[in-house]
Amino acid sequence: MSKITLVEAVNQALEYEMAHNNNVIILGEDVGKNGGVFRATLDLQSKFGEERVLDTPLAESMIVGTAVGMATQGLRPVAEIQFMGFIYPAFDQIINHASRLRNRTRGRLHCPLVIRAPYGGGIHAPEHHSESTEALFAHVPGLRVVIPSSPLRAYGLLLAAIRDNDPVLFLEPKRIYRMVKQEVPNKGEALPLDECFVLRSGTDITLVTWGAMVHETMKVAESLALQGVEAEVIDVATIKPLDIDTILQSVEKTGRCVIVQEAAKTCSVGAEIAAQIAEQGLLYLCAPIQRVSGFDTVMPLFKLEDYYMPSENRIYSAVKQTMEFA
Amino acid sequence: MDTDARKLLLEKMLYARRFEERCFEAYMEREIGGFLHLYVGQEACVFGVMAAARAGEDAVITGYRDHVHGLAVGMDSKLMMAELFGKESGCCHGRGGSMHLFDLQKQFYGGYAIVGAPFALAIGLAKAIQLQKRDQIAICILGDAACNQGTFHESLNMAALWQLPVLFVCENNLYGIGTRIDRSTAVTELIERAKGCGVTGAQADGQDIEAVFEASKVAVEHVRSGQGPYFLELKTYRFRGHSMSDSNVYRDKSEEEQWAGRDPIQILKNRMLESQEITEEEYKSLDKEILDTIENEVVAFARQAPSPDVEDLEKYVLCDTDGDSEQGVNTNG
Repeated sequence: MSKITLVEAVNQALEYEMAHNNNVIILGEDVGKNGGVFRATLDLQSKFGEERVLDTPLAESMIVGTAVGMATQGLRPVAEIQFMGFIYPAFDQIINHASRLRNRTRGRLHCPLVIRAPYGGGIHAPEHHSESTEALFAHVPGLRVVIPSSPLRAYGLLLAAIRDNDPVLFLEPKRIYRMVKQEVPNKGEALPLDECFVLRSGTDITLVTWGAMVHETMKVAESLALQGVEAEVIDVATIKPLDIDTILQSVEKTGRCVIVQEAAKTCSVGAEIAAQIAEQGLLYLCAPIQRVSGFDTVMPLFKLEDYYMPSENRIYSAVKQTMEFA
Repeated sequence: MDTDARKLLLEKMLYARRFEERCFEAYMEREIGGFLHLYVGQEACVFGVMAAARAGEDAVITGYRDHVHGLAVGMDSKLMMAELFGKESGCCHGRGGSMHLFDLQKQFYGGYAIVGAPFALAIGLAKAIQLQKRDQIAICILGDAACNQGTFHESLNMAALWQLPVLFVCENNLYGIGTRIDRSTAVTELIERAKGCGVTGAQADGQDIEAVFEASKVAVEHVRSGQGPYFLELKTYRFRGHSMSDSNVYRDKSEEEQWAGRDPIQILKNRMLESQEITEEEYKSLDKEILDTIENEVVAFARQAPSPDVEDLEKYVLCDTDGDSEQGVNTNG
């Protein structure tokens, strides 16, 4: 079996599900003839036709509104927004309609809809093409927010997202779109939503992260091991609803926790995780929870990007402080 | 239109008028909460359109001034009133309220509070109808102010490009809350904007239900026969304020009086009196019957209905976490 990248795994999942479910419809800017700006939908229009892969105008509000309307009719639309920073015109449709139809109709209308968007920094792109605003969506009741960190999880989680009966915001960390290759069996096996993935077991400290930051965090964990510190690394994967139980079980074991995220620090997903650990697991802790985070500023242009993004050094320093705390 | 058809429409409009007047009273008595936007004066619009369409079968979506749209697609007015009362027996189990009436059985995809947003949802409904090759059309009924939202232009463009089976009905009542159309809109003949997006259409007198019906027949036939989207602009007037909290200081009294003389119910009633299709006595007796029904059946039902259970507060947020048994595709009927 040949190894594929994360973006190829996205394409493979889309192709698998389209071949097995005629209700799956892809729509968005450039998704058809052009195959998507990052080529995530490459060749799907030629394989499945213009009725299954719909090229739309540059009109995000209409794209998502259309997808919501289609979802109420038994279709399973997968809408692509070219970059997460372009999603804001569609806020109204996501927050006021996609996330609420089910509650407002007491379950008589579902909204089985996936909105895919490349997100996160690290490719020297300008601000809207680099930011991590997942917390804005995690705040909204009625949405699932899912972030894969590897080709395997991109494949399995995207299949699960399409099959799920709720609206799912599927954020693809573009920095690692082509960074790692893995063998990804194309058998249509979904991975569970709403569950964290424990990527590395350890007893000394819990490192909680998601998306592209999983890679820096794993590297730090490996180097810590050389010094005799065994870190447990948790990939949150579904940030809403949050699987706090897995995180708490780990913190109960290790007594120490560092959260690593690209997003701006204030009111972030990291803040929510820290709050829930404090509420439910304060007495497990031997040291304050630390957050290694982006800064509370606009995502900077490329000259300052490396400083903004959590580095291995910053993660390492936070771990060291946490380990050295009485 | 024959006598029976006229009588039916007169009865429907009068029922809607009395229903909403009773809503007003219930709101003042605080039995209804969650705001209230009345359609009084505009009744000929939606009843005229739905008389030409397949009420209860064609997919209908609208804005927040939606009570009479619910009646026009055939919703049970008891369930509507219970919804306005915030009760568990309401059409949305007391979670939608006045602005979010909904009835899947009647293919009524609801009222929506957010101005202009349903344009885009209607594109999704129409695209699904087109892809699934169903014998149905989508009808999106919004006001003049909604046409200033970006979704209007985005959606009409899409409807024209994809040649979707969607009828856009614009109830142009001249005001977006308190701002008159000529103070908010450069091109006040909204039909011209639709044409600019490649959507054909027509204008009609929204106070005369027979004029609305005739224009709607052409519009519905256009859409149903696969000729693509259509934009029907109905010139109308809301007789009351935007909502209950509206001080209504922005309109000239002379303008209001002029439009009050064009009450859609009176126009049809007078026409029927002149042609001796109805007598004043028959009209009065019909009115009394309606008032009795609304008080003794509709309001009484809403009053005695149970309130939502606090235990249910966090249900129906996500399907996998609330023990909901109805997972699967949406049912259409």
